[in-house]
Amino acid sequence: MKLHEYQSKRIFADHGVPIPQGDIATTAEQARAIAEKIGGKVVVKSQVLVGGRGKAGGVKLAKDADEAEELARQILGMDIKGLTVETVLIDPAANIQKEIYLGVVIDRALQKPVIIGSSEGGVEIEEVAKTNPEAIIHLPVGIRTGLMDYQARNLAHDLGLRRTHITQFVVIVKGLYDAFVNTDASLAEINPLVITGDGNLLAVDGKIVLDDNALFRHPNLGELRDIQEESPSERQAREIGINFIKLDGEIGCMVNGAGLAMATMDITKHYGGEPANFLDIGGGAKADKVAAALRIILKDPKVKSILFNIFGGITRCDEVAKGILEALEQVQTDVPMVARLVGTNEEEGRRILAEANFPTASSLGEAAEKAVALARGA
Amino acid sequence: MSILVNSNTRLIVQGITGREGRFHTLQMKDYGTNIVGGVTPGKGGDWVESEGGNIPVFDTVKESIAATGANTSIIYVPARFSADAIMEAADAGIELIICITEGVPVLDMVRVQSVLRQTNARLIGPNCPGLITPGEAKVGIMPAHIHQKGSVGLVSRSGTLTYEVVQALTDKGIGQSTAVGIGGDPIIGTKFIDVLELFENDPETDQVALIGEIGGTDEQKAAEYIANHMTKPVTAFIAGRTAPPGKRMGHAGAIIEGGEGTAAEKIAAFNAVGVKVATLPEEVASLIAERM
Repeated sequence: MKLHEYQSKRIFADHGVPIPQGDIATTAEQARAIAEKIGGKVVVKSQVLVGGRGKAGGVKLAKDADEAEELARQILGMDIKGLTVETVLIDPAANIQKEIYLGVVIDRALQKPVIIGSSEGGVEIEEVAKTNPEAIIHLPVGIRTGLMDYQARNLAHDLGLRRTHITQFVVIVKGLYDAFVNTDASLAEINPLVITGDGNLLAVDGKIVLDDNALFRHPNLGELRDIQEESPSERQAREIGINFIKLDGEIGCMVNGAGLAMATMDITKHYGGEPANFLDIGGGAKADKVAAALRIILKDPKVKSILFNIFGGITRCDEVAKGILEALEQVQTDVPMVARLVGTNEEEGRRILAEANFPTASSLGEAAEKAVALARGA
Repeated sequence: MSILVNSNTRLIVQGITGREGRFHTLQMKDYGTNIVGGVTPGKGGDWVESEGGNIPVFDTVKESIAATGANTSIIYVPARFSADAIMEAADAGIELIICITEGVPVLDMVRVQSVLRQTNARLIGPNCPGLITPGEAKVGIMPAHIHQKGSVGLVSRSGTLTYEVVQALTDKGIGQSTAVGIGGDPIIGTKFIDVLELFENDPETDQVALIGEIGGTDEQKAAEYIANHMTKPVTAFIAGRTAPPGKRMGHAGAIIEGGEGTAAEKIAAFNAVGVKVATLPEEVASLIAERM
C-alpha cells in the first residue's frame, strides 16, 4: 500500500526528519489561505500515487498566494496517468543548493534492510542506476542493531557532505530508517533531501510503501489507503480474497495458484493471445467465489473469451466444475469459455461440464489454443 | 536417501488444532508420515484423533521434543504468530522447520533469518506447499497421489505450478526423489542453491527440475551455481514472462522492481549456462524424459 507524499513526510517528521512547513488543500481557496500563511514563494504539488507528477504538470511553483490559488485550481481535478488529483500540498519553496537521494528497502539477497544513498538526488534512483551506477551507495543494516551512528557518518562521508552537515544528516538518515522499521515499510524514500542556501537539510519530497501483510499491526496507517491506488475491480477482488491484476488483453484467465496463473498468462501469449488479467482464485474454489471472480473478469468489456485452468489438489475438480456451472446461473454472459481441469476427480469434473455442454480441454496448451480461437470468434 | 524428509522424519505440527493444521495433519498421516505430536499453546494434554493412532498435543515445542524426539516441524499458525513459531522451533532444537503460512510480514522474516543464521536449523518457506519424498514422507499440503517414487528432484517457488510439473512427470512414468516448495515470499529460509546442493549430493537424484518465477535474482544465482558446481542435468521453467513491472503477481516475492527480476533475465541466465528452459510446464517432463 502506497502513502501520499504529505502522509509520508509527516511520518518522517514524527521521526525527527525536518520537512517543509506546508499543508494540504482540497480547494483553491484553502490553497490560497495556506500560501498566505506561509508567505513568499510556494510549491503547489498534486498528491497522486504515481511517479512523474512534475513532468505531467502536477507540480508548479507560485510566486505568491494569488498564483498559488490559480495553480491549485488548475491542478485539482487534473488527470495524471489515469488518476484524478483530489488533494494538493502547498509547501514553502526551498532554496536548493544540492540534492541527495536517500532510501531504505529490503535487500532480498542479503535478507536485510539496506540504505541506498546517492549524491544525484532529485531524479528517479532507477535512472541513476542505469546512467551512473557508481554514484549509488548501498549500506546494509543489521535488523537487531538498527542503524548505528558511525554507519550514518560513513554514509555522509561517502556522499561527499561537508563536515558542518554531518550532525543533521545522521539525525535524518536514522529517522528515515526508524520510520521504515516502525511502519513495516517495504520502501521509505526521501528524494530529494535538499541542502538549502542557508546550510540546512530538508526532506523536500518523500514516499513510503507499506507491507500489506503487516497492516494488522498498524490499523491507523491502513486507514490512509487511497482508493485510487487500485482499480475498482482490483479493490473488489482484494475485499473477497482473490488476487487479481487487470491487464490489457482479451482473454480472461481464472486459475488456482499464483505461479500457475502466471504460467497460464504466458501460455495464452505463446498461442497468440493477450491475457486480460492475472487471477488467482486460491484454494477450494466454491461457486460463490467463482461467480464473484467471473463478475470481476466480465466487467472488462475487452474480454472476448475466458480460460479456466484449475489444478485440483486438495480442491476436487468435480466441486470446481459444479462451482463453474452454479456461477454461470448467477452471472449471465455470452462470452465463450473453456475449462481445463486436472488432478483430483478430473474425470468426474470433465463429465459434469461436458453434460452441460461447457467446452473443456485436456492440456493447458489445448485450453489456451481454444481460448485464443474463441476470442477470435472461431 | 532422497533429501530433507524420509522415513526417519519425526514430525510435529505447530498449530495442529487449527482448521488447516488438523486437516493437513490427517492427510500427512494417511500418507504414512511419522507424525509424533502437535503444538498449540494452551491445548497441551489434548489429543488429535486419527485412525492411525491419536496424536498428543503439547503447549510448547520444547516439551514436544522431550516427549517424542521430534526432529522436524511443520507450521500452520496464522501469519502474525509465524515468526514466533519458527523461532520457538529453532530455539528448541528442531533441525528442519517448514512454514506453510502465507502473509508473514517481511520484516518479521528479516528478524527470523537474522536469528536462524546463528543456529543449525533449516527453514523452508514461508508461503510454501512444503515437501514430499514419495513413498516415505509428505510434509506439506500437496496432493500426494500425483507423486511417484523416482529419481527426479524438484525445487520450486510455486505450489500448483509444481503439481502441474509433477503430474506431467508421473504421466510419463518418471518418478520423483523429493519435491521441495521453497515458497513465494521475498525472504525465505531455503533458496534454490541450497536445494540444488542437496540434490547434487543425493545419490537417489539423477536430474533436477527448477521452477522459478519473476522477482529477485535467486534464479540467476542458481544458474551460476549450476554452471560451477553441478554435474546433474537441470531443466528449468520460469513463470511470468507476460507479467507487468511493479505489480505483485499473487506471491509477495513475484514482482519486477526497478527493472530487476524479469523472466527474460532469468531465462537468459539459464540459457547462458546451458540449462534448458521449457516454454510450457508439461514440456519440463519431455525435456527430462529426453535425458533419461
